[in-house]
Amino acid sequence: MSETIDLQAAFAASGIKEVLGELDRELVGLAPVKQRIREIAALLLVGKLRAEHGLGSDTPTLHMSFTGNPGTGKTTVGMKMADILHRLGYIRSNHMVTVTRDDLVGQYIGHTAPKTKEALKKAMGGVLFIDEAYYLYRPENERDYGQEAIEILLQVMENRRDDLVVILAGYADRMNRFFSSNPGFRSRIAHHVDFPDYTPDELAAIAELMLEEQNYKFSPEAAEAFKAYIEERMAQPHFANARSVRNALDRARLRQATRLFETADRQLTVEDLQTIEAPEILASRVFSGGIEAKQAEPSQ
Amino acid sequence: MRLTQGTFSFLPDLTDEQIETQVRYCLNNGWAVNLEHTDDPHPRNTYWELWGLPMFDLKDPAGVMYELAECRKVFGDRYIRLTAFDSSHGWESVRLSFIVNRPADEPGYLLERQEIGGRRMVYTTRAYAANKPEGKRYG
Repeated sequence: MSETIDLQAAFAASGIKEVLGELDRELVGLAPVKQRIREIAALLLVGKLRAEHGLGSDTPTLHMSFTGNPGTGKTTVGMKMADILHRLGYIRSNHMVTVTRDDLVGQYIGHTAPKTKEALKKAMGGVLFIDEAYYLYRPENERDYGQEAIEILLQVMENRRDDLVVILAGYADRMNRFFSSNPGFRSRIAHHVDFPDYTPDELAAIAELMLEEQNYKFSPEAAEAFKAYIEERMAQPHFANARSVRNALDRARLRQATRLFETADRQLTVEDLQTIEAPEILASRVFSGGIEAKQAEPSQ
Repeated sequence: MRLTQGTFSFLPDLTDEQIETQVRYCLNNGWAVNLEHTDDPHPRNTYWELWGLPMFDLKDPAGVMYELAECRKVFGDRYIRLTAFDSSHGWESVRLSFIVNRPADEPGYLLERQEIGGRRMVYTTRAYAANKPEGKRYG
């Protein structure tokens, strides 16, 4: 084989570069995840080139597991992954079907298999994203129907690799326990990707991005206050990374709207409508003893 | 006698690849694809039995092809047809229907003639296969 192969041209033609660029732009931090995805994309691209030049092997196993704490971007990266796999031609469409235990496991005998198959059929041609996959396995109840769903999943993951890619997601420690009690899964999953927690600075950057998307912005004092908020919030229980940030921003928007109403006697400007001020952040009960102090309204 | 009905009745049976292409066309139009089977091939037998549930929300024909393979495993000796249902307002009916599986041996129909008053004739057809009880008609 003296024929030369232009890897760069193939890379450019595949359009993954744009997806990876989007990944870099839209997702703050997550350096190890991005690195892993770049590696996987490289592997798949080379695999595709090999297949084109008659060095093909079987369809590689593409099933993945995403582990990490809540709000670290597993679902978002899952969608990007679907995009990458689609551009490389490993799946036929870039749709992703997100399911949890409820969508797979039935409530009585004979209910589980059709339900699981239904979900699998909907995902075929794309990606099946199983959130909190460890709930499928309930060791404390030996008659739990989750086992049946697992068996069907394993069978489909093995036999219909051309038709769909399964991504299992969940907290790291529970996923590890899940894999050790279901060795079939571990061996069928090619890529384990671990999502680290965000640093306070990254969370602040995420907040800016989220506000920008919704055409809001922080006043300089509010930005400072939000940094303090993140520091406080991270120390408190049930912290869910980017999701907590999103919820905090939603509440800040609520307070901003209330404030605008209360000061309705003066003329508002567009600037007023899009600026979130420091008091809206500082009013959070995170600063007044935390979410444990007052259980009145549920919070993240 | 080869039973024909539905959209491609004038064509030879579609191959799996062709069926898949048709299913893709249906899904791209947003139609729900169903599989139905019967062992009573009489042309007036419109209500065939549904295999599983209508497959709504599918994005790819692989799911339908999987169910078709499953249906053939169980009812490979019967007629199976694929119907595509359009739920959009104003249509709400089947838009496409064709046979995807048939028994190896199709004995055909008997034409019965009955003479009634005034030497008038009434005609009816009966599938030879329908002489046997349900489930034992083919194979």
